[in-house]
Amino acid sequence: MLRKYAILLGAVMALAWSSTYANPEDDRMAFEKYFTTKFPEVPLNDFQNGIYSVDPVARADWEQIEEFPPYELAIDAGEAEYNKPFANGKSYSDCFGDGAVRGQYPYWDSERKEVITMELAINECRTSNGEEPLRWNKGKIAELSAYMSYISRGQTVDVKIPEDDPEALAAYERGKQFYYTKRGQLNFSCFDCHGTGAGKGVRLEKLSPALGHTTHWPVYRSKWGAVGTLHRRFGGCNRQVRAKNFKSQGQEYRELEYFLTYMSNGHELNGPGARR
Amino acid sequence: MIKKTLMALSLATAMVLGSFGGGVAFADEEAVNHGKSVAFNRQKGNCLSCHMMDDGDQPGSQGPPLIAMKLRFPDREDLRARIYNPLEFNPNTIMPPFGLHNILSDEEIDAIVEYLYTL
Repeated sequence: MLRKYAILLGAVMALAWSSTYANPEDDRMAFEKYFTTKFPEVPLNDFQNGIYSVDPVARADWEQIEEFPPYELAIDAGEAEYNKPFANGKSYSDCFGDGAVRGQYPYWDSERKEVITMELAINECRTSNGEEPLRWNKGKIAELSAYMSYISRGQTVDVKIPEDDPEALAAYERGKQFYYTKRGQLNFSCFDCHGTGAGKGVRLEKLSPALGHTTHWPVYRSKWGAVGTLHRRFGGCNRQVRAKNFKSQGQEYRELEYFLTYMSNGHELNGPGARR
Repeated sequence: MIKKTLMALSLATAMVLGSFGGGVAFADEEAVNHGKSVAFNRQKGNCLSCHMMDDGDQPGSQGPPLIAMKLRFPDREDLRARIYNPLEFNPNTIMPPFGLHNILSDEEIDAIVEYLYTL
């Protein structure tokens, strides 16, 4: 009798545990299923094309734009910058080898206890070699990022959350919390627009689905007339819902990138991208 | 048979019109116009970003079309509350709480309700 109770108690506790602490892989599968159910006609490997996976009219325009991609100049500028030696004679290749490293970011640094993004690593490469850091959102850093993403095309998103470090999981959880929290005067969470509202119109502009959202950054946005980084877009999204944006490459956005990129694990990197 | 169906249809139409057409006549025309301008203003209600309504250009499709509003929301206070704080009715809605977050003033929400009752 006692044994029976013990088993029952064990089962209840296991249930409680599993429902309180969903693991990231469960999250990712649920996330993927949400979008594949919502857009059954879209092949899984097409979500990397963002809004164009679900908006055939915009896609036709975009395919034309991709014949002479507006981000080409940025790739060239980024390549020149990548190969330019620092004042100390070293260069980016001393930090990143051939530079095709987009697939390694973002990652959890167990010693520093923080998420490292590629843009953060670019600036740390500079400062450790005695160079001034670049501004985070646009210009040189976006060009370097465009070049490095371009030569990383075809790699697979494979963000890892080290199981032996609970602080990595905590960072992921904070990113997830950020993603689903309603904020700003207009009270939108990231998921409100890019999950619930995905594929539906705000005026005539359709909202992009979140699955595959991080694969194609940095992006040349016609609205910007230049390439910009993912964190620049995060800031713009936050301001659009009338919230105060967080600092680019601050803890909040890096952990958001950690969560959001994990959600696209298995998808192909195809940056830089072109968007309206 | 066709004649009978037509008659039934026109009778039904008349009944529907009768049931919510009356509001227009009694509504304060000035408030209705004000409500429409607040509803269409991108810095104010910006309802068109998500709802098809009236003669508004380029409506979005996040929310349902705003038609037959008096029929669907016969209780004016209920309709008003749904604009003031829609989360009270559906915690997962993506519609902003226009009153609770001071996006619109009480007076502006009243004017919008007035206008919606003409749709």
